[in-house]
Amino acid sequence: MKHFSPGWTLIRIYTFLVYVFMFAPIVVVIVLAFNPKQFGIFPMEGVSLRWFIKLAQNESIIEAFRNSLILGSLTAVFSTGIGILAALAFIRFEFPGKNTFNTILLSPIMIPEVVLGVALLLFLRFLQQPKSFVLLLIGHVVLTLPYVLLIVQARLVGIKKEYEEAAKTLGANAFQTFRDVTFPLLLPAILAGALFAFTISFDDITATLFWATAQNQTVPVKIFSMLRNSISPEINALGAVMILLTVTTPLLAGYLSRKFSKVRS
Amino acid sequence: MASGKKKPMVQFKGILKRFDKVVAVEKMDFDIEEGSLVTLLGPSGCGKTTLLRMVAGLEEPTEGDIFIKGKRVNDIPIHKRNLGMIFQNYALFPHKTIFDNVAFGLKYRDVSKDEITEKVTRALEMVRLPGVENRMPSQLSGGQQQRIAMARAIVIEPDVLLMDEPLSALDENLREAMRREVDNLQQILGVTTIFVTHDQREALSMSDKILVMKDGRKQQEGDPESVYNQPANHFVADFLGHSNFIAGEVVGVVDGHLNVRIETGDILLAENNGSFSKGDAVEMIVRAQRFDAFPKAEFEPVEGMNHFEGHIKDRSYMGGEVSYFIKLGADREIHIISMMRTRLYEIGEAVSVQVAPHHCYLIHRSES
Ligand SMILES: Nc1ncnc2c1ncn2[C@@H]1O[C@H](COP(=O)(O)OP(=O)(O)OP(=O)(O)O)[C@@H](O)[C@H]1O
Ligand SMILES: [Mg+2]
Repeated sequence: MKHFSPGWTLIRIYTFLVYVFMFAPIVVVIVLAFNPKQFGIFPMEGVSLRWFIKLAQNESIIEAFRNSLILGSLTAVFSTGIGILAALAFIRFEFPGKNTFNTILLSPIMIPEVVLGVALLLFLRFLQQPKSFVLLLIGHVVLTLPYVLLIVQARLVGIKKEYEEAAKTLGANAFQTFRDVTFPLLLPAILAGALFAFTISFDDITATLFWATAQNQTVPVKIFSMLRNSISPEINALGAVMILLTVTTPLLAGYLSRKFSKVRS
Repeated sequence: MASGKKKPMVQFKGILKRFDKVVAVEKMDFDIEEGSLVTLLGPSGCGKTTLLRMVAGLEEPTEGDIFIKGKRVNDIPIHKRNLGMIFQNYALFPHKTIFDNVAFGLKYRDVSKDEITEKVTRALEMVRLPGVENRMPSQLSGGQQQRIAMARAIVIEPDVLLMDEPLSALDENLREAMRREVDNLQQILGVTTIFVTHDQREALSMSDKILVMKDGRKQQEGDPESVYNQPANHFVADFLGHSNFIAGEVVGVVDGHLNVRIETGDILLAENNGSFSKGDAVEMIVRAQRFDAFPKAEFEPVEGMNHFEGHIKDRSYMGGEVSYFIKLGADREIHIISMMRTRLYEIGEAVSVQVAPHHCYLIHRSES
């Protein structure tokens, strides 16, 4: 069926414009990253990797990258670890105050990040502790845990209790049941959760601005502070790298998990 | 199969299970003999699954003890009980091959690799599905998956095989075939089996012993014949088969036989199967299949048989047999199921109905 009515035409134009507004800035950033000149003027006079090279030589940016990667990875590890355990408790067990607990763990999604950022700082003051990497990590775990929890819980609900019960009657103890049945069935959700945690941590800025010290600035914080001085084309290069990273990580994970499941079946 | 001499494999002693305020199983005492197939039969929600899960260790009894092989198992965790459980929805591990599914229980036992392969192969042969080792569960049909579930349960040589409505997800024809297969396999292996069902035909055809339950309470236990022919109460008679219940009063005791006056005023003969005496309020139970109907004009009463007259109110044709509702007197109706012999009776036709006294089973009315 083809629609040529004015209504449909308008919808098409509208949709097209939405996409343009969404993606044009990103495209511009990527294109300008290869601009040989200091100022972004179209048409560009050739293509160069100049800003990427400059980026690679910028110690403080490399440092921020390392911070972001370490922080993201650790956040993913802790968030998924806690998320799995919490999801198991919420879905597989009954205990008093279960719903309250669940709501509390999910609440960071609903609370504005600014409030969360300030709250954690105030709490730290109350404990009379200085800001540190550990604080940043705890903050990011709190931020990302709801997502991991929601993903893992949703999957766990779908895994029938009978699988675990069958495993137990066949002689597997609680740990073996988890290792041989629950975990493998949960794996896609765990990977997705970890990925979410990593990505959210990697590009969080609002809360991180409150928590980061000069020593552990992340990439977004770094970009933010660079923007305050000038709009250097280096930022375009950095943006391009970040886009590349955030787009390829999930794709890579998806590819690997598909390959992984093929090998086994 | 039931020899009565064998020692009990599973024993329930005063088992009670409460979920919050719901009592799922009420003070149950019950023994299951070694090597026998026992069905737990009853309507939905009567506590069959709960009872079975307590044997497996998947639920803890609120009160009472469970013994397996004479040993109290209340505190023994599930994975050390050596039981094979078969679930209604098969519960095959979707991420494992058929081989790994069947081999699952052997991994946690002291079995060498070669032995595992051998045992798995043998188990798959027993359930008549050799050669599917490398497939995934999703690549098998429902009936095949159920067989794999069976193979997975028997390969560990369990002390007791527990099955919770294992056939109810299958279609009618397949169910019949699988029922015979389960029965066969159970006899070959001689493994004590507890089979949960709410399908009376399944229970009657497979069991050495049936435990009829209602609202968590034991109603009757016994072999299929005695449960069917000598129901302990109204519920059992009603649940198994198609029964007619006729209220009456014992008006005379004549050596071996009882004279019972029923609601319509007719006096019927019934066999004295218990302690009944004159004046007892009774309920007469007659199976729909025990009645014979004759065209009224051709009927000749036989000495010593009960008979009434009535007319056909409703009928439904069921293939080999016909189900009739016959109106007797003003407001009494009986249900009969008779084999199609010569012709169908027409609605409104006058018929004579005959039933032998030994098919008129009495229970005390207080029991009903
Ligand atoms: N986990 C539970 N929590 C609360 N109540 C339960 C639980 N499991 C069972 N019950 C209750 O216990 C009673 C017996 O349930 P059970 O599952 O044993 O019945 P069943 O005989 O197996 O029925 P069905 O034929 O429908 O499977 C029911 O009233 C049920 O609602
Ligand atoms: Mg049940």
